[in-house]
Amino acid sequence: MADFETPKFREYPAVPLIKQDEMAGGGPFVSRAEFDTDLGYPGELPEDWKEKTLDKMGDLLGRYRSLQVFMDSCIKCGACTDKCHYFIGTNDPKNMPVARQDLMRKVYRRYFTFAGKYFPKLVGAVDLTEDVLDEWYNYYHQCSECRRCSVFCPMGIDTAEVTMAAREILAHVGKAQKYSNQIIQKVYKIGNNLGLPGKALKGILEDLEEEMEDECGVPVKFNMDEVGCEALLMTPSADFFAEPHIDGLIGYGKVLHELGITWTVSSKASEAANFGLFIGSYDNMQKISMRIREAAIELKVKRIIFGECGHAWRVAYSFLNTLAGPFDFLDQNYPIPQHILEVTYGALQEGKLRMNKEENDHLTMTFHDSCNVARASRIGDYPGSQFDIPRAVIQAACNNYVDMDSDTIKDATFCCGGGGGILTDDLMELRVKGALPRMEALKQVTEESGVTNIAAICAICKSQFTKTLPYYGFEMDAIMSVHQLVSEAIVMTGSEQEKDLDGTEEDDKTESDD
Amino acid sequence: MATITVEGKEIEVDEEGYLVDLSTWFPAIATEMAKIDEVEMGDDHWDIINFLREYYEEYQIAPAVRVLTKAVAKKLGKEKGNSKYLYELFPYGPGKQACKFAGLPKPTGCV
Repeated sequence: MADFETPKFREYPAVPLIKQDEMAGGGPFVSRAEFDTDLGYPGELPEDWKEKTLDKMGDLLGRYRSLQVFMDSCIKCGACTDKCHYFIGTNDPKNMPVARQDLMRKVYRRYFTFAGKYFPKLVGAVDLTEDVLDEWYNYYHQCSECRRCSVFCPMGIDTAEVTMAAREILAHVGKAQKYSNQIIQKVYKIGNNLGLPGKALKGILEDLEEEMEDECGVPVKFNMDEVGCEALLMTPSADFFAEPHIDGLIGYGKVLHELGITWTVSSKASEAANFGLFIGSYDNMQKISMRIREAAIELKVKRIIFGECGHAWRVAYSFLNTLAGPFDFLDQNYPIPQHILEVTYGALQEGKLRMNKEENDHLTMTFHDSCNVARASRIGDYPGSQFDIPRAVIQAACNNYVDMDSDTIKDATFCCGGGGGILTDDLMELRVKGALPRMEALKQVTEESGVTNIAAICAICKSQFTKTLPYYGFEMDAIMSVHQLVSEAIVMTGSEQEKDLDGTEEDDKTESDD
Repeated sequence: MATITVEGKEIEVDEEGYLVDLSTWFPAIATEMAKIDEVEMGDDHWDIINFLREYYEEYQIAPAVRVLTKAVAKKLGKEKGNSKYLYELFPYGPGKQACKFAGLPKPTGCV
């Protein structure tokens, strides 16, 4: 449907040839006042936009010491240039992380450094014009804030923070992105990114309960707004809506049921995602986070468990206590917050879950590390456990597992191509092109090791792959949720699956009668 | 604001081609939008469109993929109750393309 060419698989990874201005353009749809004002933005370019832009930039430079350091410390070594999936996929030199950062750095130099104020030409400083802002808007929406480049930066510059700052500045002068802001507005008005009202959510959850009863013969509960449960489940609303996401939700439900952990979702905080992170807005990130605290208090839970969502987990793991803490009202014996993979992995270690791996014998799996889990947080309690735990859970549910090339996984994982507020139809060309390195690594293991499917622990990755896999010749349903595999393999006590494996009491009786 | 012309009427749509005002929908709009997307509307398509509109009427949101596939399976037979069938009808996805034709707002978020 979209008018562009899907990149071809390369024989071997090499620094791409440059195509100047390949991705020049207007960027994604710009937000409007109707979405923006609830978020604290003007929604249109104010008359004094130049002053406001520089004021905001000065404000952020003062507030985040990191940003100041990142503006000053780039030594132009070039280590980051070929590390970005968007540069690899688009060949546009402004998508080299250093060049994208430099769009802001040039303005920073002009107005915030001595040399730039007096000798701008000597230090590559430029005046702030509306064209400059438009270029920022376009290219700062060609970064998924995945931070792969930062892993290779000898100065430790975090490109994502530069992108976030740029987007926050742009939003203050009426150049925010429609996709992210419309979503945040829905979180405030309805409770989740989708705009899924409580009544519809309740209907979906009741359907799932019925389905579980039919399929498994055990009452797996999917509660909503149930006061007094042990845990509040915070999961992306895509888990209620899309495939393969919902298959993961069913997996969480089965695991929690088997462990006897009662849980509920909240209709008010029916969304784990926090797009405040993507747009670089501390205020919105905090406001979105406060819903979790309020829901936990109202529902009188002892624990908060997060489902499979990459950036939500970053916000939860790294910032939740600062944004919405202290969580002194929760049971301090559990991690606050806890990831569903920690629950499942812990239970597997203790031998509390019975798994029939043969259920997944038709699959050979690989795992896509989601950027915000891999590089910006941790699951588990030792360095690198965020890489080991998902793999251990997959391998507890499947006999066949193969990793992709070591340059493309764990802390060097390639972004799915849709993270950081990019997962919108108006950026489909960028999304498809940015998926190239991940698709190449997947192609390699399908050919060399017979991999059939790829699992992920992030709603964005799952949706992005559903859309982009077909462009590269894969089936759209090759992407799976990690807890979908768990769901297929788990043998719950008293379930039909258990009876099939062990035989029923009547069977035993018949056998002994014989 | 962009518009499309259907039976001589100017209908307002947003930058992504979705109806601005849901109440302005009438069946020829779906046919016209399908034509723009190069989709030929048959009875099977209309079954989906009608279900979407009924569900929206009650729940104020498009149905989840699972809800939709289950409803299709019930009405049109088990072999059609899957996303593959829906993608055959609406290549850009039942969630987005079919919603657009049905006059519903676009599902947003990580979907």
